[in-house]
Amino acid sequence: MIGNLHLGSAVAAAFLASLVEAVEALTIVLAVATVRGWRPAGLGAIAGLALLAVIVAALGPLLDRVPLHLLQLAIGILLLLFGMRWLRKAILRAAGLIPLHDEASAFEAETAELRDQARRHAQRLDWLAGLASFKAVLLEGLEVVFIVIAVSAGRGLLFPVSVSALAACLLVAAIGFLVHRPLARVPENMLKFAVGVMLSAFGLFWTGEGLGVAWPGADLAIVAFIALFLATALAAVVVLNRRGAAVSS
Amino acid sequence: MTMLIGIFQELAGLFVEDGALALAIVAVVVVAGISAALAPNVPWASGAILLFGCLAVLFVNAMKARRR
Repeated sequence: MIGNLHLGSAVAAAFLASLVEAVEALTIVLAVATVRGWRPAGLGAIAGLALLAVIVAALGPLLDRVPLHLLQLAIGILLLLFGMRWLRKAILRAAGLIPLHDEASAFEAETAELRDQARRHAQRLDWLAGLASFKAVLLEGLEVVFIVIAVSAGRGLLFPVSVSALAACLLVAAIGFLVHRPLARVPENMLKFAVGVMLSAFGLFWTGEGLGVAWPGADLAIVAFIALFLATALAAVVVLNRRGAAVSS
Repeated sequence: MTMLIGIFQELAGLFVEDGALALAIVAVVVVAGISAALAPNVPWASGAILLFGCLAVLFVNAMKARRR
Protein backbone atom coordinates (compact mmCIF):
# COMPACT_ATOMS: atom_id res chain seq x y z
CA MET A 1 0.00 0.00 0.00
CA ILE A 2 2.71 2.46 1.11
CA GLY A 3 5.01 1.30 -1.72
CA ASN A 4 2.19 1.83 -4.23
CA LEU A 5 1.60 5.34 -2.88
CA HIS A 6 5.26 6.21 -3.36
CA LEU A 7 5.30 4.67 -6.84
CA GLY A 8 2.05 6.44 -7.76
CA SER A 9 3.27 9.88 -6.69
CA ALA A 10 6.68 9.38 -8.35
CA VAL A 11 5.09 8.26 -11.64
CA ALA A 12 2.53 11.10 -11.56
CA ALA A 13 5.20 13.73 -10.76
CA ALA A 14 7.45 12.52 -13.59
CA PHE A 15 4.56 12.33 -16.09
CA LEU A 16 3.19 15.81 -15.35
CA ALA A 17 6.64 17.44 -15.19
CA SER A 18 7.67 15.79 -18.47
CA LEU A 19 4.42 16.98 -20.06
CA VAL A 20 5.29 20.60 -19.17
CA GLU A 21 8.91 20.31 -20.35
CA ALA A 22 7.96 18.54 -23.58
CA VAL A 23 5.37 21.22 -24.40
CA GLU A 24 8.02 23.93 -23.95
CA ALA A 25 10.57 22.07 -26.11
CA LEU A 26 7.93 21.39 -28.77
CA THR A 27 7.16 25.12 -29.06
CA ILE A 28 10.79 25.89 -29.99
CA VAL A 29 11.15 22.90 -32.35
CA LEU A 30 7.90 23.93 -34.10
CA ALA A 31 9.13 27.52 -34.41
CA VAL A 32 12.35 26.28 -36.04
CA ALA A 33 10.36 24.00 -38.37
CA THR A 34 8.04 26.85 -39.34
CA VAL A 35 10.86 29.24 -40.23
CA ARG A 36 13.44 26.83 -41.64
CA GLY A 37 11.68 23.53 -42.27
CA TRP A 38 11.66 20.16 -40.54
CA ARG A 39 15.24 19.19 -41.51
CA PRO A 40 17.17 21.52 -39.14
CA ALA A 41 14.41 21.25 -36.52
CA GLY A 42 14.48 17.45 -36.61
CA LEU A 43 18.27 17.17 -36.79
CA GLY A 44 18.70 19.58 -33.86
CA ALA A 45 16.11 17.68 -31.80
CA ILE A 46 17.73 14.30 -32.61
CA ALA A 47 21.19 15.66 -31.70
CA GLY A 48 19.76 16.95 -28.40
CA LEU A 49 18.18 13.55 -27.66
CA ALA A 50 21.45 11.78 -28.54
CA LEU A 51 23.46 13.96 -26.14
CA LEU A 52 20.84 13.36 -23.46
CA ALA A 53 21.20 9.59 -23.97
CA VAL A 54 24.99 9.90 -23.60
CA ILE A 55 24.59 11.95 -20.38
CA VAL A 56 22.14 9.39 -18.92
CA ALA A 57 24.40 6.47 -19.90
CA ALA A 58 27.40 8.19 -18.28
CA LEU A 59 25.56 9.36 -15.15
CA GLY A 60 23.68 6.12 -14.39
CA PRO A 61 26.67 3.97 -13.34
CA LEU A 62 28.23 6.93 -11.45
CA LEU A 63 25.12 7.36 -9.30
CA ASP A 64 25.35 3.72 -8.16
CA ARG A 65 28.75 4.47 -6.62
CA VAL A 66 27.52 7.36 -4.45
CA PRO A 67 26.57 6.33 -0.87
CA LEU A 68 22.76 6.29 -0.52
CA HIS A 69 22.53 8.88 2.30
CA LEU A 70 24.75 11.31 0.39
CA LEU A 71 22.75 10.76 -2.80
CA GLN A 72 19.46 11.31 -0.95
CA LEU A 73 20.76 14.50 0.66
CA ALA A 74 22.19 15.95 -2.57
CA ILE A 75 19.14 15.06 -4.65
CA GLY A 76 16.81 16.18 -1.86
CA ILE A 77 18.37 19.65 -1.69
CA LEU A 78 18.37 20.00 -5.49
CA LEU A 79 14.73 18.86 -5.60
CA LEU A 80 13.79 21.38 -2.90
CA LEU A 81 15.50 24.18 -4.88
CA PHE A 82 13.93 23.02 -8.16
CA GLY A 83 10.44 22.19 -6.83
CA MET A 84 10.04 25.28 -4.64
CA ARG A 85 11.23 27.48 -7.53
CA TRP A 86 8.45 26.03 -9.71
CA LEU A 87 5.92 26.34 -6.90
CA ARG A 88 6.85 29.95 -6.12
CA LYS A 89 6.47 30.88 -9.79
CA ALA A 90 3.14 29.06 -10.03
CA ILE A 91 1.89 30.91 -6.90
CA LEU A 92 2.93 34.29 -8.32
CA ARG A 93 1.30 33.47 -11.66
CA ALA A 94 -1.91 32.25 -10.00
CA ALA A 95 -1.97 35.50 -7.98
CA GLY A 96 -1.47 37.56 -11.15
CA LEU A 97 1.89 39.01 -10.02
CA ILE A 98 3.71 37.65 -13.07
CA PRO A 99 2.12 36.84 -16.44
CA LEU A 100 1.13 33.27 -17.30
CA HIS A 101 3.50 31.38 -19.59
CA ASP A 102 1.93 31.56 -23.03
CA GLU A 103 3.10 28.98 -25.58
CA ALA A 104 1.57 30.98 -28.45
CA SER A 105 3.58 34.10 -27.58
CA ALA A 106 6.73 32.01 -26.92
CA PHE A 107 6.26 30.57 -30.42
CA GLU A 108 5.83 34.07 -31.90
CA ALA A 109 8.96 35.33 -30.11
CA GLU A 110 11.07 32.37 -31.26
CA THR A 111 9.93 32.63 -34.90
CA ALA A 112 10.55 36.41 -34.86
CA GLU A 113 14.08 35.85 -33.52
CA LEU A 114 14.82 33.17 -36.13
CA ARG A 115 13.52 35.46 -38.92
CA ASP A 116 15.71 38.25 -37.59
CA GLN A 117 18.70 35.88 -37.65
CA ALA A 118 17.72 34.96 -41.23
CA ARG A 119 18.14 38.56 -42.31
CA ARG A 120 21.55 38.84 -40.65
CA HIS A 121 23.09 35.44 -41.37
CA ALA A 122 21.18 33.97 -44.31
CA GLN A 123 23.77 31.30 -45.11
CA ARG A 124 24.26 30.05 -41.57
CA LEU A 125 20.58 29.95 -40.71
CA ASP A 126 20.09 26.17 -40.99
CA TRP A 127 22.90 25.71 -38.51
CA LEU A 128 21.55 28.39 -36.14
CA ALA A 129 18.01 27.03 -36.41
CA GLY A 130 19.24 23.50 -35.71
CA LEU A 131 21.14 24.80 -32.67
CA ALA A 132 17.98 26.45 -31.30
CA SER A 133 16.13 23.14 -31.62
CA PHE A 134 19.10 21.23 -30.10
CA LYS A 135 19.36 23.59 -27.13
CA ALA A 136 15.61 23.45 -26.40
CA VAL A 137 15.50 19.64 -26.45
CA LEU A 138 18.73 19.37 -24.41
CA LEU A 139 17.73 21.84 -21.69
CA GLU A 140 14.13 20.69 -21.30
CA GLY A 141 15.33 17.07 -21.57
CA LEU A 142 17.89 17.62 -18.80
CA GLU A 143 15.07 18.80 -16.55
CA VAL A 144 13.13 15.62 -17.35
CA VAL A 145 16.23 13.45 -16.68
CA PHE A 146 16.85 15.24 -13.36
CA ILE A 147 13.24 14.78 -12.25
CA VAL A 148 13.21 11.10 -13.25
CA ILE A 149 16.45 10.39 -11.36
CA ALA A 150 15.41 12.50 -8.38
CA VAL A 151 11.97 11.02 -7.73
CA SER A 152 13.13 7.45 -8.27
CA ALA A 153 16.46 7.74 -6.39
CA GLY A 154 17.43 4.74 -4.30
CA ARG A 155 14.01 3.07 -4.51
CA GLY A 156 14.38 0.97 -7.66
CA LEU A 157 11.67 3.01 -9.39
CA LEU A 158 13.82 4.12 -12.30
CA PHE A 159 12.09 1.93 -14.89
CA PRO A 160 8.40 2.81 -14.20
CA VAL A 161 9.25 6.48 -13.67
CA SER A 162 11.29 6.63 -16.92
CA VAL A 163 8.45 4.93 -18.83
CA SER A 164 6.00 7.49 -17.45
CA ALA A 165 8.26 10.43 -18.47
CA LEU A 166 8.86 8.92 -21.91
CA ALA A 167 5.10 8.39 -22.37
CA ALA A 168 4.48 12.09 -21.63
CA CYS A 169 7.18 13.18 -24.11
CA LEU A 170 5.88 10.84 -26.83
CA LEU A 171 2.31 12.02 -26.22
CA VAL A 172 3.30 15.67 -26.65
CA ALA A 173 5.47 14.87 -29.71
CA ALA A 174 2.61 12.92 -31.33
CA ILE A 175 0.05 15.68 -30.69
CA GLY A 176 2.51 18.34 -31.88
CA PHE A 177 3.25 16.35 -35.03
CA LEU A 178 -0.48 16.03 -35.74
CA VAL A 179 -1.60 19.60 -35.02
CA HIS A 180 1.62 21.42 -36.11
CA ARG A 181 0.91 24.17 -33.58
CA PRO A 182 2.21 25.01 -30.11
CA LEU A 183 0.05 23.40 -27.42
CA ALA A 184 -1.21 26.68 -25.99
CA ARG A 185 -4.28 25.12 -24.38
CA VAL A 186 -2.34 22.95 -21.96
CA PRO A 187 -3.08 24.39 -18.48
CA GLU A 188 0.62 24.87 -17.86
CA ASN A 189 0.43 26.85 -14.63
CA MET A 190 -1.92 24.31 -13.05
CA LEU A 191 0.49 21.53 -14.05
CA LYS A 192 3.46 23.49 -12.71
CA PHE A 193 1.58 24.11 -9.47
CA ALA A 194 0.89 20.38 -9.06
CA VAL A 195 4.42 19.34 -10.05
CA GLY A 196 6.00 22.01 -7.83
CA VAL A 197 4.01 20.68 -4.87
CA MET A 198 5.02 17.07 -5.59
CA LEU A 199 8.71 17.80 -6.23
CA SER A 200 8.96 19.96 -3.10
CA ALA A 201 7.39 17.12 -1.08
CA PHE A 202 9.86 14.59 -2.54
CA GLY A 203 12.75 17.01 -1.92
CA LEU A 204 11.74 17.45 1.72
CA PHE A 205 11.44 13.68 2.16
CA TRP A 206 14.83 12.87 0.60
CA THR A 207 16.64 15.71 2.41
CA GLY A 208 15.25 14.47 5.72
CA GLU A 209 16.22 10.87 4.93
CA GLY A 210 19.71 12.09 4.00
CA LEU A 211 19.98 13.84 7.38
CA GLY A 212 18.88 10.66 9.18
CA VAL A 213 15.29 11.74 9.96
CA ALA A 214 12.95 8.76 10.46
CA TRP A 215 9.75 10.26 9.03
CA PRO A 216 6.58 9.08 10.80
CA GLY A 217 4.71 6.67 8.51
CA ALA A 218 7.81 6.22 6.30
CA ASP A 219 6.84 6.78 2.62
CA LEU A 220 3.34 7.81 3.67
CA ALA A 221 4.90 11.06 4.92
CA ILE A 222 5.24 12.17 1.27
CA VAL A 223 1.45 12.33 0.98
CA ALA A 224 1.28 14.49 4.12
CA PHE A 225 4.01 16.76 2.71
CA ILE A 226 2.11 17.08 -0.58
CA ALA A 227 -1.00 18.14 1.38
CA LEU A 228 0.98 20.65 3.48
CA PHE A 229 2.81 22.23 0.51
CA LEU A 230 -0.50 22.43 -1.39
CA ALA A 231 -2.28 24.06 1.55
CA THR A 232 0.57 26.57 2.06
CA ALA A 233 0.74 27.43 -1.65
CA LEU A 234 -3.04 27.86 -1.93
CA ALA A 235 -3.04 30.01 1.23
CA ALA A 236 -0.30 32.18 -0.30
CA VAL A 237 -2.37 32.63 -3.49
CA VAL A 238 -5.48 33.58 -1.47
CA VAL A 239 -3.57 36.10 0.70
CA LEU A 240 -1.81 37.63 -2.33
CA ASN A 241 -5.12 37.94 -4.20
CA ARG A 242 -6.79 39.58 -1.19
CA ARG A 243 -3.92 42.04 -0.78
CA GLY A 244 -4.08 42.77 -4.50
CA ALA A 245 -7.83 43.42 -4.31
CA ALA A 246 -7.35 45.64 -1.24
CA VAL A 247 -4.65 47.69 -3.00
CA SER A 248 -6.70 48.16 -6.20
CA SER A 249 -9.97 49.12 -4.39
CA MET B 1 31.53 29.24 -26.35
CA THR B 2 28.74 31.80 -25.84
CA MET B 3 26.23 29.01 -26.35
CA LEU B 4 27.98 26.77 -23.79
CA ILE B 5 27.97 29.61 -21.25
CA GLY B 6 24.30 30.18 -22.02
CA ILE B 7 23.52 26.48 -21.45
CA PHE B 8 25.38 26.48 -18.11
CA GLN B 9 23.60 29.66 -17.05
CA GLU B 10 20.24 28.10 -17.92
CA LEU B 11 21.19 24.93 -16.04
CA ALA B 12 22.07 26.94 -12.93
CA GLY B 13 18.79 28.82 -13.39
CA LEU B 14 16.90 25.53 -13.02
CA PHE B 15 17.75 25.55 -9.34
CA VAL B 16 18.39 29.21 -8.54
CA GLU B 17 16.09 31.85 -9.97
CA ASP B 18 15.33 33.91 -6.92
CA GLY B 19 18.56 34.13 -4.87
CA ALA B 20 16.71 34.89 -1.63
CA LEU B 21 14.55 31.75 -1.97
CA ALA B 22 17.54 29.51 -2.73
CA LEU B 23 19.57 30.96 0.17
CA ALA B 24 16.68 30.56 2.59
CA ILE B 25 16.15 26.91 1.56
CA VAL B 26 19.86 26.16 2.01
CA ALA B 27 19.82 27.93 5.40
CA VAL B 28 16.88 25.77 6.56
CA VAL B 29 18.72 22.60 5.45
CA VAL B 30 21.91 23.73 7.24
CA VAL B 31 20.00 24.44 10.48
CA ALA B 32 18.25 21.05 10.22
CA GLY B 33 21.64 19.43 9.60
CA ILE B 34 23.17 21.13 12.65
CA SER B 35 20.20 19.97 14.73
CA ALA B 36 20.64 16.39 13.43
CA ALA B 37 24.37 16.49 14.31
CA LEU B 38 23.95 18.05 17.77
CA ALA B 39 20.89 16.06 18.84
CA PRO B 40 20.99 12.70 17.04
CA ASN B 41 18.64 11.24 19.69
CA VAL B 42 15.82 13.58 18.67
CA PRO B 43 15.72 13.14 14.88
CA TRP B 44 12.15 14.48 14.75
CA ALA B 45 13.53 17.93 15.67
CA SER B 46 15.54 18.24 12.45
CA GLY B 47 12.55 16.85 10.53
CA ALA B 48 10.29 19.51 12.05
CA ILE B 49 12.82 22.28 11.31
CA LEU B 50 13.05 21.10 7.72
CA LEU B 51 9.29 20.78 7.21
CA PHE B 52 8.09 23.97 8.86
CA GLY B 53 11.15 25.90 7.73
CA CYS B 54 10.51 25.11 4.07
CA LEU B 55 6.78 25.88 4.33
CA ALA B 56 7.55 29.20 6.04
CA VAL B 57 10.22 30.08 3.46
CA LEU B 58 7.77 29.45 0.61
CA PHE B 59 4.99 31.54 2.16
CA VAL B 60 7.19 34.45 3.23
CA ASN B 61 9.04 34.55 -0.11
CA ALA B 62 5.73 34.69 -2.01
CA MET B 63 4.50 37.53 0.23
CA LYS B 64 7.73 39.46 -0.30
CA ALA B 65 7.38 39.12 -4.06
CA ARG B 66 4.29 41.33 -3.94
CA ARG B 67 6.23 44.08 -2.19
CA ARG B 68 8.97 43.92 -4.82
